Amino acid sequence: MSTAGATVWSRLADIAGPSNVISDPAKLATFAIDDKKPSASVSPQSAAEIAEIVKFARKEKLAIAATGARTKLGIGLPPRQYDISLDMTRLDRLVSYDPGDLTLSVEAGIPLHKLTAILAEHRQFLPLAVPYFDRTTIGGTTASGVDGPLRQLYGTARDYLLGMEFVTGEGILAKSGGRVVKNVTGYDIHKLMIGALGTLGVITRINLKTFPMLSSSRAFVAAFQTLERACGMRNRVSQSHLAPVTMEIFSPGVANLFANGAAKQIALASIPETIFSGARWVFTSGFAGNHNALARYETDLRKIAEECGAVDAIVLEGPQLASTFALKREFIPMVLSSSPATTILKMSVLPRQMAEALTAAIREAESRHLPWVAMARGVGVIYFAILPAESGEATKQQVFQASDNILSSCSAPGGHATIPWCPSAWKNALKVWGLPRADFAQMLKLKKAFDPDGVFSPGRFVGGI
Amino acid sequence: MAWKSTRRNLQRENMDSHAINDLKKLLGADAVLHRPEELLLYEYDGSVEVARPNCVVFPRHTKDVAGIVQIANRYQIPMIGRGAGTGLSGGALARQGGMLLVFSRMNRILEIDVENQRAVVQPGVVNADLSVAVAHSGLHFAPDPSSQKASTIGGNVSENSGGPHTLAYGVTTNHVYSLEAVLPTGELVRLGSSALDSPGYDVPGLFVGSEGTLALITEITVKLTRLPETVKTLLAIFETVDDATETVVDITARGITPAACEMLDGWTIRAVEAYVHAGFPVDCAAVLLLEVDGLREAAEQHAEDVADVCRLHHAREVRVARDARERDLLWKGRKNAFGAVGRLSPTYYVQDGVIPRTKLPQTLRRINEIGEKYGFEIGNIFHAGDGNLHPIILFDAREEKQFQRAVASADEIIGFCIEMGGSITGEHGVGMEKDRLMPLLFTEHDMNLMRRVRDAYNPTGLLNPGKIFPNTKGCGEIHVRPLPVAGVSRA
Repeated sequence: MSTAGATVWSRLADIAGPSNVISDPAKLATFAIDDKKPSASVSPQSAAEIAEIVKFARKEKLAIAATGARTKLGIGLPPRQYDISLDMTRLDRLVSYDPGDLTLSVEAGIPLHKLTAILAEHRQFLPLAVPYFDRTTIGGTTASGVDGPLRQLYGTARDYLLGMEFVTGEGILAKSGGRVVKNVTGYDIHKLMIGALGTLGVITRINLKTFPMLSSSRAFVAAFQTLERACGMRNRVSQSHLAPVTMEIFSPGVANLFANGAAKQIALASIPETIFSGARWVFTSGFAGNHNALARYETDLRKIAEECGAVDAIVLEGPQLASTFALKREFIPMVLSSSPATTILKMSVLPRQMAEALTAAIREAESRHLPWVAMARGVGVIYFAILPAESGEATKQQVFQASDNILSSCSAPGGHATIPWCPSAWKNALKVWGLPRADFAQMLKLKKAFDPDGVFSPGRFVGGI
Repeated sequence: MAWKSTRRNLQRENMDSHAINDLKKLLGADAVLHRPEELLLYEYDGSVEVARPNCVVFPRHTKDVAGIVQIANRYQIPMIGRGAGTGLSGGALARQGGMLLVFSRMNRILEIDVENQRAVVQPGVVNADLSVAVAHSGLHFAPDPSSQKASTIGGNVSENSGGPHTLAYGVTTNHVYSLEAVLPTGELVRLGSSALDSPGYDVPGLFVGSEGTLALITEITVKLTRLPETVKTLLAIFETVDDATETVVDITARGITPAACEMLDGWTIRAVEAYVHAGFPVDCAAVLLLEVDGLREAAEQHAEDVADVCRLHHAREVRVARDARERDLLWKGRKNAFGAVGRLSPTYYVQDGVIPRTKLPQTLRRINEIGEKYGFEIGNIFHAGDGNLHPIILFDAREEKQFQRAVASADEIIGFCIEMGGSITGEHGVGMEKDRLMPLLFTEHDMNLMRRVRDAYNPTGLLNPGKIFPNTKGCGEIHVRPLPVAGVSRA
């Protein structure tokens, strides 16, 4: 350990206790962000300790990245500087839970699955069906801003986050919002922390609304010969009075993902191959309700599917329902494990532009012989994954050109795209955060207000913030 | 600071005639008011506060707003955005004098995209007008403040307004995709996008509900929500307030989320009936106005479930509106309640505290005790389903002592809400009414960070000065008046 390294270690050990600081290079490698290792990792136990650590880092001009289960460190640009990993997993307490009021306050490091078990005892849940569900923490889920299939009905964390506590780049513990379900006191600063990759502050505590568990649910699955027909079904459903819980369209080729190991781990039971096979586009939509409502959904969805030209349709329940749900939730990790150079574009467009946007993306990939799969959410968010067979320079150039064209084609009125996941070595070439944004100057003002010296993950966020 | 002295002068004197001339040149003479008799109307909003502006301007286009901001900066005039002036916390009042920008002429619906369920509107579009405009497509704009027939979407966005149906549909911020705004520095900005998950910080999420202190919003892209297939409206009648509040607690705990769950106490019902004749029984202690909606099969079941819970808690009767006419009448009673109360007293003071829903029974009992202690009638008509109280304190503002006692009793109610783990405002905003209560919820650190965010966009403090933050002296000179501990009486 260098002298500087020893000083950092001893100060962190003073604050959090020696047993909570890691300096072993092999262990530190597991905290790497884009192959950049920190010189220490510290696991604080309280917001006060975090404030001390941040103050120390700021004084010594060290850069900090808060980490949870470390499942999504690949999102964003490589950090310009990364000295200390702030391992949040010891801040994992349930602060308060009032089932009667359907509100919850938790520390950021609590794993989602643990929280889910606590809520399940009261037949409640959080609609955060996000990738890496079995490992991820609530803090990481919030800071990364990843979405999940339940956003169709419940929206995103932004819609049910009530308040937050966080430590700013000056080591100050602050909060916004509250713990009641309706509140307009002060600025909604907590909204800024969602998807900010921890570049404004370290989230220490999160207050959320909880939701009653759904009564019986089912999934409707329909196969179509073309993307346009599958999107047609999406449009018809959203024009109807049906309020499905989830709504996704899977591209042909997703069936092949089932064959690989990652998919087998996730999918609990097999999904009928007749539906998920060949060159078909698959529309799947979950729905819930009482006996009569379920029957109504089934009848209406079958009718719509037929009118939209479905070649096959089926209603799933039980283990098969769980499998399709897991597929929707864990699509990202599945495709990441399916190629040595998986590059995932997140394309956001108006819902009615999905077919066109996807068609353009497919053209870019296929004209370069790049394998691809896609999952499109009914709300207008498409995950388009390019799955190259290898990660050489020529392939990188192909992916670079394809992704660049896709980013441009999405920037139609109101649309945009980013590349949340790609090989670290490609990040210098690919436009990870998409095209430059006109509102970037307004974001920079916030970064200066929260973290004036750039302590938090410098360089990782939009525009190199 | 130079502008501070200018500001003081403004309050006493007429505005610089050069500034008025510049404004008239930009907007035309009919879009600038500055004579004292013209300004009288604009010293009020829906709150109990009064503050007279030095001039009022009516922009027609975004470029007008940008031009006005330039003039305001040139002459160092405070500027305050205003919609219909229905706000309940003084958000659209010129607390320190200056210029009101009234958006009533920027009232065009610019685009309706039925297929993607979005609309682009100017800030002066009246909330209910948008819903009317899209009704034939089976859509509506879901946030429904009681003021919706007058209040503007720009005002709703600034205050992050709620309403009865926000229980199931969410408040205004849940229905805004993107904004165009003029910053107080004169920059025209577009924030967010009509497609979801705009990369970067959620600046629109910050601006919604910032009470007009960060930017003048000139265009709003909103979500349009499909009208439900079936709506069932129920009126549950109770002999005691406790039975009604216990019902709300139980409905929430059972995981039933009605579209709306409103409570009116007996006193308010009698006031409403004398005015609206909505059909509320005048001999009961409280009613719950409950609505469930959605798919026919689901709504019917939910209506039965809700009615069962009401009966379990000794509801004397549960009526179901038979048709749209009956339903509209019940809602008319609810939405006109404040007007009805206005007939009974020279002045009333509406509070907006929020509590966890499990604490409803003891909170209503406490409000009753506080009323008795101060000798006021306090009515209760509120969004019970999300714990958002609206105690109405009747008093005579002509008597200074009564005014002070009304404020003291309101503070005691708010103190109790905070003790219960609640908040000082659920939907009306802090404005100039509750700024002094901010330290009950937030530390100096919390507020300093918020001030820093304000200063990032509003560096000169010329936009809507004297709002949200306690005793703002401008230019960062802040002195917080010490406040008693929450819940301690100040009578």
